[in-house]
Amino acid sequence: MALQKVVIVGATSAIAYEAAQCMAAQGAELFLVGRNPAKLETIAADLKVRGAQRVETFLLDVNEVARHQAMLDAAVAAFGWLDGLLIAHGTLGDQRKCELSVEETLREFQTNALSVIALLTLAANYFEQRGRGCIAVLSSVAGDRGRPSNYVYGAAKGAVSIFLQGLRARLAKHGVAVVTIKPGLVDTPMTAHLRKGLLFSSARRVGRGVYRAMQQGRPVVYLPGYWRLIMLVIRLIPERVFQRLSL
Amino acid sequence: MLSTQAIPQSWGRYPRVKPARVVPIYWRDQVPDLQTLPGPLLAYGYGRSYGDSCLNENGTVLAVSHLRRFLAFDEEQGLLRCEAGVSLAEILDLIVPRGWFLPVSPGTKFVSVGGAIANDIHGKNHHKAGTFGCHVTRFELLRSNGERLICSPTENRELFEATIGGLGLTGLILWAEFRLKRIHNPYIDMERIRYDSLEEFMELCAESDEQYEYTVAWVDCLASGSKLGRGIFMRGNHNESPEYARKPLPRKLPLAVPVDLPSFTLNTLTLKIFNTLYDHSQLQKRVFKVIPYEPFFYPLDSIHDWNRMYGRRGFFQYQCVVPYEQGYDVMKEILQRISRSGQGSFLAVLKKFGEVRSPGLLSFPRPGLTLALDFANQGPKTLRLFDELDALVRESGGALYPAKDARMHGEDFKRFFPRWQEFMRYVDPKFSSSFWRRMALVPAREQSTAVEV
Repeated sequence: MALQKVVIVGATSAIAYEAAQCMAAQGAELFLVGRNPAKLETIAADLKVRGAQRVETFLLDVNEVARHQAMLDAAVAAFGWLDGLLIAHGTLGDQRKCELSVEETLREFQTNALSVIALLTLAANYFEQRGRGCIAVLSSVAGDRGRPSNYVYGAAKGAVSIFLQGLRARLAKHGVAVVTIKPGLVDTPMTAHLRKGLLFSSARRVGRGVYRAMQQGRPVVYLPGYWRLIMLVIRLIPERVFQRLSL
Repeated sequence: MLSTQAIPQSWGRYPRVKPARVVPIYWRDQVPDLQTLPGPLLAYGYGRSYGDSCLNENGTVLAVSHLRRFLAFDEEQGLLRCEAGVSLAEILDLIVPRGWFLPVSPGTKFVSVGGAIANDIHGKNHHKAGTFGCHVTRFELLRSNGERLICSPTENRELFEATIGGLGLTGLILWAEFRLKRIHNPYIDMERIRYDSLEEFMELCAESDEQYEYTVAWVDCLASGSKLGRGIFMRGNHNESPEYARKPLPRKLPLAVPVDLPSFTLNTLTLKIFNTLYDHSQLQKRVFKVIPYEPFFYPLDSIHDWNRMYGRRGFFQYQCVVPYEQGYDVMKEILQRISRSGQGSFLAVLKKFGEVRSPGLLSFPRPGLTLALDFANQGPKTLRLFDELDALVRESGGALYPAKDARMHGEDFKRFFPRWQEFMRYVDPKFSSSFWRRMALVPAREQSTAVEV
């Protein structure tokens, strides 16, 4: 699938940046959306050097849901049409803080689930009407099963995965690919505070996987691929046993 | 790929020391306050320095491998600006298809731009192009007091010169700009010449330096007597034919050494490589070939983590330079000692440095002959040999290369780098390295004049 005109939301995130480099190397036009102007400019300049034909930036806090349509309109106005949308923003909140605060829990849910669903609702209609293109979203393996260590984040990602599942079936009839991406543990600023074990992979490896999955319009992709097996095993553990595991 | 919290090691995997903490730097404008970080501080890229110049035992390591973005590329002028953690490999991927090349290529492309500056690296074209630092037009240096300084030959010149070859001690390099070299295609016209003695090596250098951009030799360290210094001389130029511009580069198969091997394996491997080449070229004294740039410049890069072949005890690399005047005799003596000791790697790299001066205060390359080879770490026996070799280097007025070193003596450092006192004025008080503490340099009182930086 041609990915010549792509909107990337959460463009300064490590995985999105790696995927964007692949697109830039193919001479794509990229519309970068993020909160931090300095970071956006840094990434934009880099992608231009790497071969992007054109790079536009758009400042947006994804939780300002009312501005989503304006953002999409600006992207379409800039490029004429869109081939792809990659939604990559997210926060890995503090599970313990969430347990102690309703506000904190809802904020996590707002950023990781609701803002994504809101954006997908608008984007789905654009791509449905256009009758082609690719929507890819960074969900997470954390959304495959609720675990005590991160079930707030996991529940939000799980909601996104289910939403995408339905959307995929709806848009498949219209020639639009909907790609659910489930990265495992990735070495990024989001996980800077975690100890890095063997299961961690680089943002580069995962980002390239995102690009390939978008090109091929794959439905559900685990990155790296071995996470499909790990999560299969984790999902199969009976609930009574699962309760006793510290995961 | 380097995980940010993997324990930083050097390429020789000796010494094995740990920093107190590793702080990853993700964005140039969001560097943590260096003043409040517990010191001493040292930037770390990909750990390709061999000894302890990239290590910071019990200190804070600033991991810059995430600072890997390009800032600007002037394709008309061949001027590239990028963050300090960008590797030369990534730069080559970008510039080679667009007809540009690195002004200076070291033996591996997996080094960062920051490290290339901090060690003022050199390559096979030193006799023509000088060091990497000769091609740097400017960079931004973050000092621990929070100052961000643009340094160039005209702006903050003293810090510019101190930072080139400054072993990362003058502060944190955030980005750098440097000049590239025009090429027509990614291929090298290479000639391999079998030669039988050190004399012949010298003759080949004299004959080749003018007309060849790249020259280097592999020396057989076991040869002695009249064969002393025999080896294979390689010289090359960038290919200029349009035919090769259209030829796609062959796909590379990545090889890796997944585990630590017993240390005899590397010598077995190099022995094989050498014998193959040497015997093969027995038939013809000269072999001419057009080859892609990667096997020409980075023959070992195709085997990832080859350093693990030396096993858990790690290894040393010994790289010295001896000035032209005594070069021939001293080099002969050095080769004899190594050959007799039976300790060195089977292969050594020999190269004639040229006259091009680097702006760097502590730059290692200087006119003369440079020899580099590996030594498996066999403890005191190996160290004693190095002390012997040091004496020869010292007497000849030569030097050792800090980027390769894990054992030179502080007293020798002062002799090898006579501008060290001047350099010390520009060292950031919060920065240090295991190497630097090992040197334990104390400037003479009368020399410590007011600091103006």
